[in-house]
Amino acid sequence: MAAAGRYGLEPQFTLSEEILRDRQICVTDCYQCAKCSAGCPLTFAMDRLPHEIIRLAGLGQTDLVLGSSTIWVCSACETCTTRCPNDIDIAGVMDYLKERAVRSGRPVPQPQVLAFHRAFLENIRLAGGRLHEPLLLGLYMLKSGQGLRRLQTGEIKADLRLGLKMFQKGRLGLKPPRRLLQLEALVKLWHQPKS
Amino acid sequence: MKVSYYPGCSLEHSARDYQESISAVVALLNLALEEIPDWNCCGATAAHSIDEHLALTLAARNLIQAETLGQDVVVPCALCFNRLKVAEHTLVQRPAALPEMAYQGAIKIWDLLDYLTQPPLLDQIQAKIVRPLRGLRTVCYYGCVVARPPKITQRPDYENPTNMDTLVKRLGGNPYPWSYKTDCCGAGFTISRPDIIDTLVQKLYDRALEAEAECIVVSCQMCQANLDIPQERISQKTGKSYYLPILYFTELIGLALGHPEVTTWLSRHFVNPLPLLQRRGLL
Ligand code: SF4
Ligand code: SF4
Repeated sequence: MAAAGRYGLEPQFTLSEEILRDRQICVTDCYQCAKCSAGCPLTFAMDRLPHEIIRLAGLGQTDLVLGSSTIWVCSACETCTTRCPNDIDIAGVMDYLKERAVRSGRPVPQPQVLAFHRAFLENIRLAGGRLHEPLLLGLYMLKSGQGLRRLQTGEIKADLRLGLKMFQKGRLGLKPPRRLLQLEALVKLWHQPKS
Repeated sequence: MKVSYYPGCSLEHSARDYQESISAVVALLNLALEEIPDWNCCGATAAHSIDEHLALTLAARNLIQAETLGQDVVVPCALCFNRLKVAEHTLVQRPAALPEMAYQGAIKIWDLLDYLTQPPLLDQIQAKIVRPLRGLRTVCYYGCVVARPPKITQRPDYENPTNMDTLVKRLGGNPYPWSYKTDCCGAGFTISRPDIIDTLVQKLYDRALEAEAECIVVSCQMCQANLDIPQERISQKTGKSYYLPILYFTELIGLALGHPEVTTWLSRHFVNPLPLLQRRGLL
């Protein structure tokens, strides 16, 4: 086994090769100019900067990147991807790593963000192909444990006030959306295995 | 003239004001929006974050549905637009990624703002103005993903889009320059990380005020919600009393064209635009 480098990292290349294979993104093209991080509006909420994630991914540091909050608080604003001089789709890497973290079943450092994504997708399925906003909130509160927490802390009052205001302003539709006519066909596609 | 329309989920409810103003404005311009049959949710941030295949499938199905109508499709939401464009890119460039889905790629996907600001329509809008905006001081906020990444959106002016500014100017308003046109509002973190929204949005308020704007004009219902709904909360949190109405560009068109229902749309906002518009003699 090769000795770990100066920073205690032992490079390995399967992760970068897998990113290239699955998403056609070459993270090893990165020359660490940090332009991605310079323009990123979310760095204040990140534990590692975007250019660090790209470098760590290039060095195959799977645990470090999959365990990072950064991939979850990236808002997918696409600033980095747009500006990278080496044409690296950094936002695409963030998505790839989130999906991989979920598939690996490891604990996620931003469970609320993941709970929201899951509630959203569950919602489309349950509501028959379109989003039902009140159901989304309900599912999220249940899945994230936020409902119980907010009930205990009393924050739920503010949520209810907001809901009431939305309702009064005609912006909270309780009526579920129309279910798709071809829902079956969609669900079939939905479950196609990855090519 | 007829064009296909993909409204997206939130325009049916939480962004009803946007939908109402869109319907009114297109009617004034003699355009007919034909909803694409049996459309589904584009999957939004959730799908592309944790299930790429599902994200592509959901968005691609909408394109295939749209193609049955054989005309270009207009999309009012920045994120839906972006997701449909990503699906288009995949279906055309890498059809093997979605082998079940056959798409010719003969129709064009338009962002609503881009569509309505094509020169002939802009001329039509201007010819119908009955109540010019009297120099209303605005900044135009385009949001993130309608422009980015340019490889997908095919926009040449992705760092500094100008068509909303042109529109506001033609309506008689005053669009001020600022550097935050395409900065991020926090998008899908509204529920899961409202603290992130607050930080990003407060920066936008401060920069808009620095540019001496008295309101912010938007073309996306997510941007609208993230800038409008938490304004009171952000004011309380920071001890500043922000008052910046967040107006859809379609509401401004309706206002300038004298549509009788403008106040109904505006009454759905959290930050009440009426005091500002009355003060400026626009209502
Ligand atoms: S902008 Fe591109 S090349 Fe520069 S550090 Fe970021 S990923 Fe690397
Ligand atoms: S896409 Fe994510 S990493 Fe890239 S600039 Fe936006 S928030 Fe930062």
